[in-house]
Amino acid sequence: MAEEFALQLEGVSKSFGGLQALAGVTLAVRPGERRALIGPNGAGKTTLFNLISGSLPVTAGAITLFGRDVTDAPAHIRAAEGLARTFQITNLFPDLTVMDNCLLAVQALTPTRFAMLRPVGAYAGLHASARATLDSVGLEGAGDAVVKNLSHGEQRQLEIALALAGRPRVLLLDEPTAGLSPAESRLMAGLLARLDPAMTVLMIEHDMDIALELSPHVTVLHYGRVIADGPRAEVRRDPQVREIYLGA
Amino acid sequence: MIRRRAVFAALVVGALAALGPVMPAYPLTLITQALIFGILAMSLDMLLGYTGLPSLGQAAYFGVAAYAVALLATERQVGLLGCAAAGIALAAVTAAVFGVIAIRARGTYFLMITLALGMVVWGLAFRWVSLTKGDNGVSGVPRPDLGGLSLSAPLPFFYFTLLVAAAAWALLGLLVVSPFGLGLKGIRGSESRMEALGYNVWLHKYVAFVLAGTFAGAAGVLWAYYNGFVGPTDVQLVTSVEALLMTALGGPGTLVGPAIGAGIIVFLKNFVSVYTKRWLLILGAVYIGVILFAPHGVVGALRGRRRLGAGRVPGG
Amino acid sequence: MRPDFWVVQTFNGLSYGALLFLLASGLSLIFGVMRIVNMAHGSYFMLGGYLGLTVALRTRSFPMAVLAATLAIALVGMGMERYFLRRLRGQDLGQVLMTIGFALIFQDLALLIWGGDPYNLPVPPALSGALRLGESVFPVYRVFILFVAVAVGLGLWLLLDRTRAGAMIRAAVDDGEMAQGVGINVPRISLAVFGLGAGLAALGGVIGAGFLGVYPGADFEVLPYAFVVVIVGGLGSLPGAMVGSLLVGLLDNFGKALFPELAYFTLFAPMALILAIRPTGLFGRG
Repeated sequence: MAEEFALQLEGVSKSFGGLQALAGVTLAVRPGERRALIGPNGAGKTTLFNLISGSLPVTAGAITLFGRDVTDAPAHIRAAEGLARTFQITNLFPDLTVMDNCLLAVQALTPTRFAMLRPVGAYAGLHASARATLDSVGLEGAGDAVVKNLSHGEQRQLEIALALAGRPRVLLLDEPTAGLSPAESRLMAGLLARLDPAMTVLMIEHDMDIALELSPHVTVLHYGRVIADGPRAEVRRDPQVREIYLGA
Repeated sequence: MIRRRAVFAALVVGALAALGPVMPAYPLTLITQALIFGILAMSLDMLLGYTGLPSLGQAAYFGVAAYAVALLATERQVGLLGCAAAGIALAAVTAAVFGVIAIRARGTYFLMITLALGMVVWGLAFRWVSLTKGDNGVSGVPRPDLGGLSLSAPLPFFYFTLLVAAAAWALLGLLVVSPFGLGLKGIRGSESRMEALGYNVWLHKYVAFVLAGTFAGAAGVLWAYYNGFVGPTDVQLVTSVEALLMTALGGPGTLVGPAIGAGIIVFLKNFVSVYTKRWLLILGAVYIGVILFAPHGVVGALRGRRRLGAGRVPGG
Repeated sequence: MRPDFWVVQTFNGLSYGALLFLLASGLSLIFGVMRIVNMAHGSYFMLGGYLGLTVALRTRSFPMAVLAATLAIALVGMGMERYFLRRLRGQDLGQVLMTIGFALIFQDLALLIWGGDPYNLPVPPALSGALRLGESVFPVYRVFILFVAVAVGLGLWLLLDRTRAGAMIRAAVDDGEMAQGVGINVPRISLAVFGLGAGLAALGGVIGAGFLGVYPGADFEVLPYAFVVVIVGGLGSLPGAMVGSLLVGLLDNFGKALFPELAYFTLFAPMALILAIRPTGLFGRG
């Protein structure tokens, strides 16, 4: 019996006016799989993430989440279906505290988000959940800091926290180590290695070592098309891939 | 922190209540007026300061409620409860209808659309003479009775207004620190992140918009009784602009700031116009001065925030 | 209803739309380049009318009035941009609030200088009177307004499409950062566009004064119309301003003639409809 794919893309294309950013992208990710999405700059990786998360509409093709067609669904519906993402360019709530940022993520898919007559502080369950999430990414004790005063590394950690807070089934990570020092990148890699094994993770990552270390499966994108897709050892040996990354 | 704010609020309300009997009639009526516009300014703050939606049409809901009260009280002799309920309900419905059109828009477009919608209400007030008496307005609105107690004199009406204003402040205060309120602040910070997290951003904005219109309606109800007269000037663009100025002057996103701003503007307006007719000129200059030198308003400046950074109209 | 009701109303709507085009094209351009919603735009219109009035009365020359009003207000606009608005670059809300402040100051100054009575701008005999076409009578002045709007529209199109300056303006509208990056002096463009927009609004004001008169409150009365035009047409788009102003002019005229009690509602309904389908206006880029 064919098991359900966590995420499935069928012939997905995206054009911006005359520019075709993605053409006929087809891929299927199994539940619990760890997959890296790599490719040179401009290959369309972040655009693909935007299509999957719903920030941008597809020009053609279909996107399925655990068997449910979400091609035309708005972003917040996809989030309710268990999809979460981080952003390559840090996208947090700069004037709010770290704790408030995390609370927003924790309450997002609960009815509490419409509660109007009690202060947020009264919801102990939300706070406990938020604190646990912050601890899991290494931000314990940072709750009261205002986000715009955090270091870049701490902001990247919070990016992950916000995505994890809702206990997603599918996690899209867009360059989690962007702008991090080698030491910080190591810490981030450690964090990512500890993610729930039941969670499906699709990761865009420029640091090839980390990408391949964390992802047994790899999809390679080039000029908007999938040119390789499979276990990492195979992709490493693929002549086209080698040419793009090593060749003239 | 919330307890500190609540205590502060209680102190202010208590102080005003205590001052009531010892104040001469004229300043008392000015404070009453300031409280009414304080409610209007706070309703705008929920949209502007907390959600990041700059509305230039709050006068529409203010005016709709005021007209409802004026017409029902003078033509049908409806009592306080009936008028207030009708006024606030009508304001809410108007906001619900206008919101469907306005909330689609972001930033700049939102500003212009709310302005245009406000003008629609003004136009109706001005032209639909058979209903609204046009330019003549509706006069002779009697002060109501509150369970046998007459509110005609300045002091009882002041207490009544203080009660309503305190209730509005309490409700809005709870709202902005509630999970829903946090959601509004999130929208102001980053709509895209909110969508990605799973919030239906349109719905949140819409609910905020309708709530703001409802509170503006409450202010309108009070205004009809306070002024005894409701006319197209109450729904004109300048009224919405004044509400915006009160919020900006006091400090957007602080709730108490806009109320203080309302007080400042009401007093300035009344005192300045004793000495010169050039009230608007001074108001305009004050506006420009505030933007240049205290962009976070009086309260913002008091809290030590002087950066010019976060003045961006979100989504625009 | 008169037998030529539709013809006359269409003509009136078109000529009013022509006036709105002068007003809205400037507003649209200003937004396109600088992303500012200029709340003082109605003030430029009104001040143009008042200044034109004074010059016309002093010099007894209509062309002088038009020229003087347009240039003077263009300068005022440039001054506003250069010395005040530029300081708030990037703060959209702050800029809007500041233009509101100026609008209030202008309104009061106008009241101070010209008083509270309405005035009519004296119009040269060549432009008074009416044309007869069959059963219908068309005031010459309204035809004149149409000509002016067409001329201005052509001029703007030529400027934007055929000149180097126009290309720079279009680049700045498209992507200000990129334009700056390729060496276009965006601050100078902003200044020029602001002056152009203000001048256009004033032109509309002085010409409009010939048949609408000039009076206190004209600024805030005409501003929503300008906004509806650019909302419907799309901010930053000249074709949008053209189509929008024609639509609004016609709708307003027919609305007032057929349903006088509903006033702005006849504007509101189509605006709502258009926004429901295209949130950034017919030609807008959002």
